[in-house]
Amino acid sequence: MSAAPSTARPTATAAPPRPTGRPRRSVGGVAATTVLLLGALYCLVPVAWVVVASTKSRGELFTTFTFLPGSGLLDNLGDLFAYGGGQFGGWALNSLLYAGVGSVLSTLVSALAGYALAKYEFTGRNLVFFLVLAGVLIPGITLAVPQYLIMSDLGLAGSRWSVLLPSIISPFGIYLARVFAASVPDDTVEAARLDGASEGRIFISIALPMLVPGLVTLFMLQFVGIWNNFLLPFIMLADQGKYPLTVGLYTLLSRGSGEPGLYSLAIIGAALSVVPLAALMLVLQRYWRLDVLSGGLKG
Amino acid sequence: MASTTAPPAHPARAGTPSEDGASPARRPRQRHRLAAWTMLAPALLLFVAFLLVPIGYALWLSLRGLRLEGGGPFGRRVETFVGLENYATAIADAEFLAGFGRLLVYGALAVPFTLGLALVFALLLDARAARATRFSRTAIFLPYAVPGVVASLLWGFLYLPGTSPFSWLTDQLGGGAIPFLQDPWIFASVANIAVWGGVGFNMIIIYTSLRGIPEEIYEAARIDGAGEWQIAWRIKVPLVAPALVLTGLFSLIGTLQVYGEPTTLRPMTSAISQTWVPLMTIYRDAFTRDDLPLAAAESVLLAGLTVVLSVVLLRLNQRRIFGGS
Repeated sequence: MSAAPSTARPTATAAPPRPTGRPRRSVGGVAATTVLLLGALYCLVPVAWVVVASTKSRGELFTTFTFLPGSGLLDNLGDLFAYGGGQFGGWALNSLLYAGVGSVLSTLVSALAGYALAKYEFTGRNLVFFLVLAGVLIPGITLAVPQYLIMSDLGLAGSRWSVLLPSIISPFGIYLARVFAASVPDDTVEAARLDGASEGRIFISIALPMLVPGLVTLFMLQFVGIWNNFLLPFIMLADQGKYPLTVGLYTLLSRGSGEPGLYSLAIIGAALSVVPLAALMLVLQRYWRLDVLSGGLKG
Repeated sequence: MASTTAPPAHPARAGTPSEDGASPARRPRQRHRLAAWTMLAPALLLFVAFLLVPIGYALWLSLRGLRLEGGGPFGRRVETFVGLENYATAIADAEFLAGFGRLLVYGALAVPFTLGLALVFALLLDARAARATRFSRTAIFLPYAVPGVVASLLWGFLYLPGTSPFSWLTDQLGGGAIPFLQDPWIFASVANIAVWGGVGFNMIIIYTSLRGIPEEIYEAARIDGAGEWQIAWRIKVPLVAPALVLTGLFSLIGTLQVYGEPTTLRPMTSAISQTWVPLMTIYRDAFTRDDLPLAAAESVLLAGLTVVLSVVLLRLNQRRIFGGS
């Protein structure tokens, strides 16, 4: 634990190592550890439940003790991937497409805009920055209905574009990228200019490598945000083949009340959709630099 | 935000004449302007297309409405300008207002619990005596990766009498099932899903902010005889106030946008109506009732309220965020 934050955040290494001579098994220490473990338990119980429940057959779901593993895992898996001609796999691919492509493009667009706002002085800069800040406060999801109407007018409603395009713009992402870009030294930029580098070249070869740690955080924030989004695809899409996991699982569940067999499918689908993202988060955890979020507000 | 007054971008050229002079320095200036706008272009294009235009469209649409023209059997409905009529309808709609009331109850549970637990966990992670911190931190952060819809599905089954382990326990003890999915428990049940999903993310923001505090401050306080509790409340909490405001802002915006969680729980309970929270009413009016102008007016009201509350929150805390400057 003491090693991880220092690798993730070089600034933390400046602080002296915490004294270790203190007695560890104090009453306060036991209480603190207990509360933390209770918090961990609270967060893990639903995940543990869905993993266990995904092994239950339809009959067992409502009859056996809720944390008792069942015998239906393989049947459930088979049913899930057979449902609607393999729709579940399609939903997973769609989620990956929307979140993957959307967050990469969003990160690039935000990085470009943030760098321009941080490193150039031009007329209208303050106006653009004000717009970005105002955009941070406007909840994008309340715009989902008007966005749908615009997409209809453009003839894009119902297409994958209608989910992908609105996901790319992120005022908060631009704001964060501007905070990151402010740390690119002006002297380095100026030196590259004197050497005859073009502005685009400076951005790609000098600024971008320096911004990578912050942009990785931005990418992951966007990825999770788009992956977890429900209302936008729910409004935009009518064709089940284009649904992401969230909307697909919702349709399974909402039909489950009339067709209890679908409950089992919703459960194993939920379990399968949680596991890969959770694994990804655990692997990428050391790259999270959320300190930049609070650091950004301090200005 | 205080850093809008960034250092001049070109300190090396401090001696160059001003822009309007026909000097050789003019060309790099123009080149920079071109580069800046080129880099901003994709963001601005998307910003205009998917934020500004929808806002403008929603505002315009909210002033329109269908009116019967002519009359009798030959009357036809035409779209026309109706002024603030849709806003009046929205504000007079008891169900829409009740949705805000339910949002208030839900938010009054979800926001303080999310932030309070996040702060407690962050302080404990930062406490010297705590053990198993890496495991706890990872476990508490995990739900952030679970979409709200999937979280609602998981918790929904943990609430449902037939599958709930909690109700099983109370039932074994002779108390019967806990009515998680009935009024008024439903508020706590929906809020719990938001707390579960949000506490880890907020905890990490506060925790990273705590890690940035120099150790010397604590040492000085310890020499002065401060205990760990006093250090936590008198030093750590005030110093992470900016992070708390940020997490508070995120939670507030998140609360006003709540939609997926109650919508997912609906098939399991009759306590959640089709208009339980404002966004659900907006969705119904837009797509079930096909009253787009009314839905637009309601969207404008909800977005406006969010902005006003966010600005108020930021204003109230401005001195804390910017260190009193």
